[in-house]
Amino acid sequence: MVSMFVTAFIVGGLICVIGQLLFDVAKLTPAHTLCTLVVAGSILDGLGLYEPLIDFAGAGATVPITSFGNSLTHGAMAEAEKHGFIGVLTGMFEVTSSGISAAILFGFIAAIIFKSKGKV
Amino acid sequence: MDEKKYATLEKKISPKPQIARNMFTAFVTGGTICLIGQGISLFYTTFFDFTERTSSNPTVATMIFIAMLLTGFGQYKKIAQFGGAGAAVPITGFSNAVVSAAIEHKSEGYVLGVGGNMFKLAGSVILFGVFSAFLVALVKTILVKFGVVSW
Repeated sequence: MVSMFVTAFIVGGLICVIGQLLFDVAKLTPAHTLCTLVVAGSILDGLGLYEPLIDFAGAGATVPITSFGNSLTHGAMAEAEKHGFIGVLTGMFEVTSSGISAAILFGFIAAIIFKSKGKV
Repeated sequence: MDEKKYATLEKKISPKPQIARNMFTAFVTGGTICLIGQGISLFYTTFFDFTERTSSNPTVATMIFIAMLLTGFGQYKKIAQFGGAGAAVPITGFSNAVVSAAIEHKSEGYVLGVGGNMFKLAGSVILFGVFSAFLVALVKTILVKFGVVSW
């Protein structure tokens, strides 16, 4: 139980360090960095490498944005296994639905509640 | 001054990013956010009917909710200033991008302002995530059909 927290901290921290290196060394903008990480997560899942990482690190692998690419690919592949090519489309958002719905809902709620005080 | 000279001069004068320090703060901030995520995930597996695998869904939604509150009260930018990529890479950074764009464009109205600009920053992440997921899943499906790999 405790070891899961330690691995979550270390793996999650390391993924963020990769992001920071893309900022500072590769001179990418934040948007480019996030897109790169999402694509990396998606490809890692295609190779079957991301699920073992989740088993190892728990939230350290599911909280960084790489897991967004992973769950998109995972849903698409799970449906494709059952229904063939059409499953790639129908399964895409199956796993990650809560992330997208939560972002849209809470984003709108925040816009109703909060007022802009300069840049937030 | 020609272009080359200007480039070298700019390189000399502009402050170097403190790479080692930034890496450290990104590690600590990102690690802490994932630690909190692990705690929330533990909460869902202990008190609700979620397994280790399925708990990532409500965990992510909860993290997005917390980041919404922090963004609304103007606290998330402080974390981002300290943590750099450590605050941007976790899902809370994605939420921050959506929420801050939504609040910022509120003055232009709910339909054109909030609705039109909410995914201004996060949209590219969704686009490239979906496109790469499509390609990867398509390639894998084709490979399985030809019997090169199995599921």
